[in-house]
Amino acid sequence: MSKESNAYILTFSIAMILVIAVVLGLVKEFTKEAQKQAVELDTQKQILSAIVPLSEVGETGEEVNAYYAKHIESIAVDVNGDEKKMKGNEPIIPEKVSIRKEFKKKEKSEKILPVFKFKDDAGKVTAYILPVYGNGLWDNIWGYIALEPDMKTVKGAVFDHQGETPGLGARIADTEVENRYKGKAIYNAKGELASIEMIKGEGNVEPGALTEHEVDGLSGATITARGVNDMLDKYFALYENYIQKVKKSSANNTTTLENVALAK
Amino acid sequence: MATETATSMEATVVKKKSEDLFSKRRRRLVADPLDDSNPITVQVLGICSALAVTAKIAPTLVMAIAVMVVIIGANVIVSLLRNVIPGRIRIIVQLGIVAMLVILVDQVLRAYFYDLAKIVGVYVGLIITNCIIMGRLEAFAMGNKPYDSLLDGFGSGIGYAWVILVVAFFRELFGSGTLLDIPIIVPITDFINGILGTSLSLPNNGLMTNPVGAFIVIGVIIWIQRYFNGYVEDH
Repeated sequence: MSKESNAYILTFSIAMILVIAVVLGLVKEFTKEAQKQAVELDTQKQILSAIVPLSEVGETGEEVNAYYAKHIESIAVDVNGDEKKMKGNEPIIPEKVSIRKEFKKKEKSEKILPVFKFKDDAGKVTAYILPVYGNGLWDNIWGYIALEPDMKTVKGAVFDHQGETPGLGARIADTEVENRYKGKAIYNAKGELASIEMIKGEGNVEPGALTEHEVDGLSGATITARGVNDMLDKYFALYENYIQKVKKSSANNTTTLENVALAK
Repeated sequence: MATETATSMEATVVKKKSEDLFSKRRRRLVADPLDDSNPITVQVLGICSALAVTAKIAPTLVMAIAVMVVIIGANVIVSLLRNVIPGRIRIIVQLGIVAMLVILVDQVLRAYFYDLAKIVGVYVGLIITNCIIMGRLEAFAMGNKPYDSLLDGFGSGIGYAWVILVVAFFRELFGSGTLLDIPIIVPITDFINGILGTSLSLPNNGLMTNPVGAFIVIGVIIWIQRYFNGYVEDH
C-alpha cells in the first residue's frame, strides 16, 4: 500500500484517532478522582474565604476539610425560602449544586439556592454565606457573599471569574476589592432590598462619602463592575424570602429567649 | 550495483548514528533557540501566550513547563512517526498529537495543581495553537531523528521559557510589587525610608499588569538581545 494512497491515509487516520481516544480516556479515568477532590476542596475554600482568611483555615486539603466540616452547615432553599432536601428521588447536597446550572434555569421557582451557615466554635451561626453568579465582560463571574446574622450587613465577600481582563476586570478577585464590600448594607432604612452598587470610576469619591450601598469602582472595568452589580441585585432578590424567614425566626428566637428569661 | 550503493549508504547512515550524545551539532540544537533563533524574540512566534499569562511568575512557570512538555513530547512522537505519516495529512496529524498532549497536560494540572490550573486553564488549551510547537514539528521533527528532535524541542522550550519568565519577572515586580506573590517593593521602600527618614512610596504600575506591558518588556528584551548579538532582520 502506497503511503499516499487514500486507503493508507484512511487507515492511518482511524488508527491515530483510536490511539488518541484511548490515551485521553485513560488519562481522564486516572485523574478523575483527584479532579473531583480538587474541585470539592476548591468549593470549600471559596465558601470559607468569604468569611475567614484561608491562612487561618490551613494549608493542606485535610485541614481545610476538617475546618469546613466543623464550621459549615449547608442547606438548600428555593425561591420561597423553603428548605429543599430532595430533587426527585435524589437528596440535594448543597456543595454539589452547580450554581452555573441553577443560574441558567429560566424559571425562578425551579432554582435551587444553597445556603452555607458558618458556625463559630460554640456552634452559634455567625454568618450566612450565599453563592452568587452572573455575567462579567468576557465570561461568567461568581462569588460568595457572607451576611451577618442580622441578614442586612455584609460580613465578607469573595469573587472569582472565568476570563476577565487581568489588571482590569480580574481585579474583582483581589482581596482589596473584596474587602470594600465589608460592612455594606443590603437593606435600606425603610427595610427595602437595596443591594450594593459598585460605582463607576475609581478613587473619584472619598471613601467616607460612599453610602452604605456603594463601593468604589474599578478603573477601566465598568462592564465587569456592572456585572457584579447585576449579579448581587439578582441574587439578593432570589434569596429575599429566605432572608426574611431567617430574620423572622431569629426575632422569634430572641423573643422566646426573653420570654424564657422572664418566666424564670 | 544498486544493492551495493544501498549498503554503502546505509553504512554512512549508521556511522552518523554513532554521533556523540552531546556533539557540537546537538549542543547547537539546544543552544540556538536560546539566543540566535529564539522562538519569541527572533522568530516572533508564540507571542499571544507570552502576553496573556505573564502578569505573574507562578502561572508563567506553569505555562512554560506545560509548553516544554508538549513541545518535547510532540517533537519526539512526530519524529518517531515521521516515516509513516502520510504527507497529505501531516499537519492534521501533528495537530492531533499536539492536542492530545495539551489535553493530557490540562487534565493533570486540573487534578493536582487546581489553583494554578484555574489561572492558566484557558491558556493551556491555547497551547494547541502555539505556532512555536507546530513550527518545530513541521520544520524539524518531520525530518530528524527522535533524539535530535527531543533536543530541539528542549532547546525551543527553554528559549520560550526564559523569555516569558523574564517578562513575568518585570511585570509582576512593577505591576503588583511582588515576586511569586511575596511583597518586594513595599518592604524595600520601607527599608530605604527607614534609613533616609523619607516617606517614599512606589505605586504599582497598572500598565504592567495589562498585556500592553508585556509588549513593552518583550520589546526591550529584543532590543538588548539584538544590540549584543548584532542580529538584523533580512529583507
